[in-house]
Amino acid sequence: MSERKQLADWTTGAEAIVYQSCARCGSLQYFRRSFCSACGAADPLDKRASGEGRVYATTLVCRAATPETRAHIPYNIILVDTAEGFRMMAHGDNDLCIGDKVKARFAPFAGRLIPYFEKTK
Amino acid sequence: MSFITGVGLTAYGRHEGCSSLDLMSKAAALAIADAGLKRAEIDGVLCGYSTVSPHIMLATVFAEHFGIKPVYAHAVQVGGATGLAMAMLAHQLVEAGVAKHVLAVGGENRLTGQSRDASIQALAQVGHPDYEVPLGPTIPAYYGLVASRYMHEFGVTQEDLAEFAVLMRKHALTHRGAQFREAISVADVMASKPVALPLKLLDCCPVSDGGAAFVVSRETTSEISVRVRGCAQAHTHQHVTAAPPLSELGAEIAVARAKQAARVAISDVRYAAFYDSFTITLAMLLEDLGLAGRGEAASRARSGYFSRHGEMPLNTHGGLLSYGHCGVGGAMAHLVETQLQMTGRAADRQVRDASLALLHGDGGVLSSHVTMFLERVR
Repeated sequence: MSERKQLADWTTGAEAIVYQSCARCGSLQYFRRSFCSACGAADPLDKRASGEGRVYATTLVCRAATPETRAHIPYNIILVDTAEGFRMMAHGDNDLCIGDKVKARFAPFAGRLIPYFEKTK
Repeated sequence: MSFITGVGLTAYGRHEGCSSLDLMSKAAALAIADAGLKRAEIDGVLCGYSTVSPHIMLATVFAEHFGIKPVYAHAVQVGGATGLAMAMLAHQLVEAGVAKHVLAVGGENRLTGQSRDASIQALAQVGHPDYEVPLGPTIPAYYGLVASRYMHEFGVTQEDLAEFAVLMRKHALTHRGAQFREAISVADVMASKPVALPLKLLDCCPVSDGGAAFVVSRETTSEISVRVRGCAQAHTHQHVTAAPPLSELGAEIAVARAKQAARVAISDVRYAAFYDSFTITLAMLLEDLGLAGRGEAASRARSGYFSRHGEMPLNTHGGLLSYGHCGVGGAMAHLVETQLQMTGRAADRQVRDASLALLHGDGGVLSSHVTMFLERVR
């Protein structure tokens, strides 16, 4: 296993979006692993993303399943193609459209901190 | 060779007081009787899962409960694709000589056995635990994302998607076992409560109680038989965040492999049974598998192409959208209906010609795909 220190990100409460880049094949991955899912090489590098990207897909959630999430409806779940080249799920303004250029901030949701995208000019 | 020798299906909807095992047992008894077999002749058992009563050994729990001692038994789990995956495995097991008569069974009291919130929450866990689930998604939200992108790329509208809810309801009107049997219109779908836009309540399949089963045998047990002509799978991803582009989804890969295995063309197909968890699922699969051009499935539906008397009758029992969705059994009902159509036993739902059928199942968020061709043999 790697001795390299992991960069903290929003999944552990830090205000950051982190992805991994393989030193061997150059592939990017968003879901953290101890290896590259494209070529199997160990210890892909953690990198901090700029938070910039474009909206790939959106869905306005109007029916939630838990009391914690119900307090937030309606909320817009989006997929963002980041400037770095990986895709991620996040929240965003309710009026975002596919193709919009967006930038991330962090917002509280159901007791946690999550990435939240707003439109940029 | 392998044959679908017997099918069993309960009504879907509310079965107060029935456990998952009760519903599985009812469907299994129907399928075995339909095949003209005795329980003791079943030597293989495949089952799915129950979110209400999870168990690490559901197939042997079922076998003990049902009173059989198979030589081969285990559960299969690929979400909505489970039913067809079991059919494919059963086909391979009997071809390999592992068993003579494999019973595949699914059943769950998903509607009355737990709260609707609990059901929605349990299913949302197919999402990534760290990168998706904390964002509060639901299954309709995962498919809502896919729908928004598909509509954007191919010019599909919400009214287009609504056509499929209307079609499935129209088909369900003639099946006494269907959960929903009141006609609906495109306007009704459009006016239904927003769930995960662009998907509204009537774009989504319901939560149901029910059970379904079929027997796959090495030799036919009746005059008109239904043979597995060929089948294949494709698994491209689990999470929607990691899904490939719309042009590279698993449905197209699975059907290409299945066509090769079955040595048939889409133009040979006379009846279609497609997974329809949401209206978008059905629209996309019809286009992915080549039963309509990109963005054209809705206009075909509108013109009656997929209706009972149309050129390509589709889900004549009403599908998940209107017959109901009880988990694993949900899509097994598609296979049950197909077998009834192919053997001329679909009563007032009977289509003119169901000599060759194309079935497709999808699990996760268009993650796991199983395609199967069935042919009638006299």
